Amino acid sequence: MELLIAIVIGALFSAGIYLLLSRTLLRILLGVSLTTHGVLLLLLAMGKLNAGAAPLLHARAAAAYADPLPQALILTAIVIGFGITAFLIVLCYRAYQVLGSDDTELCRGAENE
Amino acid sequence: MRKMSSNQVLTPQLIPWITAILLLFLHRRIIWQRAVSGVSAVIALANAAYLLHCVLKKGTLVFWAGDWLPPFGITMVADTFSALLVLLTAIIETTCIFYSFSHIDAGRERHFYYFLLQMMLVGCNGAFVAGDIFNLYVWFEILLLSSYVLLALGGEKGQLRETLPYAVLNILASTFFLVGLGLLYGITGTLNMADLAVKLPQIQNRDLVDLIAVIFLFVFGSKAAIFPLFYWLPHSYAQPPAAVSAIFGGLLTKVGVYCLIRTFTLLFAGVSAYIYTLLYVLGAATMVLGGLGAIYQYQYRKILSFSIISQVGYMVLGLAMHTVLSIAAAIYFLFHNILVKTSLFYFAGATEEISGTGDLKQMSGLIHRFPLLAWGFFLGGISLAGVPPFSGFFAKLLLLQSAAESGDGWAMFFTLAVGFLTLFYTIKIFMHCYWGEEKSLLPLDAAGNATYRRKLASPLLLVALSLAAGLASAPVTGVVLQAAAEISDPGLYIQAVFGQIY
Repeated sequence: MELLIAIVIGALFSAGIYLLLSRTLLRILLGVSLTTHGVLLLLLAMGKLNAGAAPLLHARAAAAYADPLPQALILTAIVIGFGITAFLIVLCYRAYQVLGSDDTELCRGAENE
Repeated sequence: MRKMSSNQVLTPQLIPWITAILLLFLHRRIIWQRAVSGVSAVIALANAAYLLHCVLKKGTLVFWAGDWLPPFGITMVADTFSALLVLLTAIIETTCIFYSFSHIDAGRERHFYYFLLQMMLVGCNGAFVAGDIFNLYVWFEILLLSSYVLLALGGEKGQLRETLPYAVLNILASTFFLVGLGLLYGITGTLNMADLAVKLPQIQNRDLVDLIAVIFLFVFGSKAAIFPLFYWLPHSYAQPPAAVSAIFGGLLTKVGVYCLIRTFTLLFAGVSAYIYTLLYVLGAATMVLGGLGAIYQYQYRKILSFSIISQVGYMVLGLAMHTVLSIAAAIYFLFHNILVKTSLFYFAGATEEISGTGDLKQMSGLIHRFPLLAWGFFLGGISLAGVPPFSGFFAKLLLLQSAAESGDGWAMFFTLAVGFLTLFYTIKIFMHCYWGEEKSLLPLDAAGNATYRRKLASPLLLVALSLAAGLASAPVTGVVLQAAAEISDPGLYIQAVFGQIY
């Protein structure tokens, strides 16, 4: 299970970074969301993968329960990621309209205009 | 017996937060927006001064949410270092809001400019008092999201073009913030900073701790714009209105520096020596390259942006030498830079508005018609370069003193050499822009002439504060040394957060 999750995290990160390095705005956007998903899985894995267990209810036999904290963190991170992705989509769309291209190389224009 | 939980620690966030909510309802009424923001800024300033006063008198103040002690509850901590930065934030906020009245156009004001400013301050103040590293992340996101919108607000071509890389790079850094956070939680099982400071030194696998320290160095380094990570800064800070770039230049990078200092004194005090060497090299490289970049540029605000980078280098260098005195020097630099760099950006804004361009080659001789502007800039510039009666001199003196104490010749060399670079580029701006023959191509009218005096109040106030801090350097140095002594001893912070009286 750990190995599988580690491979998935690695794959999400490499795909995300690869997309971030490309020139098209839409690909950069997708790259951002893929890396964010990778991080969420990493957070989940950090709380130890305790499949099928309920969250911690009381301190006795704590090892039998799944750690609830990473899930709370992930929830917060998802909300933040959602807000940021929404903003980024609007920004990219607006930049596409105003600058007339979705290619970051062509968007550059003159240095000091 | 435990110390009482102090609700006062929450006030620096609550004031801008409540203001922001009020401003949302007032977005059609510009006059009301200005009134509410102005009043709130003054209240925030008084509150921040009172907070610093209380912290100096009673020691570190801690707020435990729901009275849950760490590691379970959320904690907010105001020690001298935090309280000092909260006060500086409030000073910058006040000047920025009053500067914006005569500077920001009605379109931006109607589209939530003041609201965004207040939300950014919520994030800044939150980051300064956060006692939990996940909370720090959340405050950072609040701060960054408002900063993206502020940078793009107005939707001019240049703004949109520069917001994209700024946003993407910061999002990438935030992603790695979460990675570092996750790893920290994985090896220690806690996210409370005081608890982490207790548990991290007990970790057997030191390589993993070093790795996490480097991840955090990358994260906060890219927010603070240190050497290989500063590429986004000069272009993006030159685009928005000068009031926005002033508060960005004065505060945002400094939040990154604050977090570097906080994490590397509290959490990563015990990392391998090579990480401190890395910090040292990066700090020195940041100083030199930022200075050289500033010399090369001919755009007014780009020079100042490179100068931000150069000055951040000083702070990182002070942190990397990690003695009490050198950390005090880093804090003094933070203090001095927040005041002076912001004022220089205000001068840049006023100058650009008068001459209609940001290009130094097209300006000349503004001193004849605008002596106050020119001499104000001159004083700010020499304060930045570290000429004696100003605060910049004492910041450098402290750094030199600590370098001399630890027998570090390179640090002394870099401090002095980059000081000359600083003097060079501020004089370059002065000579090109204000000195010399007046050029006839200045598109200037009587109306512009009338409003410019109002714009000078904020920067002149900041320059005067820098001068006052220099003249009254003994008490300021006292506060800075106390802050440095507190953060150099993680035991004090841990005791305070765990609620013991000391």
